[in-house]
Amino acid sequence: MPELIAKPALDDAPLSLGACRLEAVELGSITSIALFPGKEKAADKALKPLGLSFPAPNSLVQKAGAMLVWTGRDQAFLIGAEAPDLAGLAATTDQSGGWSALRLTGQKAVDVLMRHVPLDLRLAAFPVGRAVRVSLGHMSAVLIRDAEGFLILTFRSMARTAWHELEVALRTVAARG
Amino acid sequence: MRIPCPLCGTRDRREFHYYGSDDYLNRPAPDAPIEAWDDHLHLRDNPAGETRDLWYHETGCAQWLRVHRNTVTHEVYGAELVAGLKGGVK
Repeated sequence: MPELIAKPALDDAPLSLGACRLEAVELGSITSIALFPGKEKAADKALKPLGLSFPAPNSLVQKAGAMLVWTGRDQAFLIGAEAPDLAGLAATTDQSGGWSALRLTGQKAVDVLMRHVPLDLRLAAFPVGRAVRVSLGHMSAVLIRDAEGFLILTFRSMARTAWHELEVALRTVAARG
Repeated sequence: MRIPCPLCGTRDRREFHYYGSDDYLNRPAPDAPIEAWDDHLHLRDNPAGETRDLWYHETGCAQWLRVHRNTVTHEVYGAELVAGLKGGVK
């Protein structure tokens, strides 16, 4: 796919405050895979060479640096791998330039994030491997929990706002000690 | 108020956009009499009690839901995907 991104959406240095760290990350290629009706099994077959299968709602499937993240009804984002040929099975669109990603890690990451996300994000309720569509403040986001912490995808045009909102939350939580 | 999204699970009301009565799903035929179109577009019941209305999961899965709820007790009985309704949405 052609490389259309001239510069990253965010050039801030990683922010470490209290027991938390916020940083912008580059995810590489992102492809939306929107299944045509009834094509889930056939699409799974086509995804097999990547070691992936279509994820159930609110989850993701991962294999060797590539992940397939549920992002809506019959829709998932393939991150970190080129999409296989899914002609006749799904609509695939390049989303690489449309989204930007933030990584939030650390002991108080849950407290920081729950200031903007109306979900119970404690480990027991939101375990590793969960991937949801959720609001981050007034923005629509994709929120993923992995072993390191949280990966937050927002529209690229809102990357600055997302950073600002999370930075304020980070500072507030850090100030409370 | 929380709405049980069939895909995302129970979510806060602020993730949703309200549209109106589920009458909007029953679109008259293009050649239906003008009264039927007037009814479809403008005439609504205003029930105290159980209603079925349409909500859009705006910052969630981006699906339209038909929510069954009670305007008197504020109880939410359930929600279903409009896309999954029998007969579908054309």
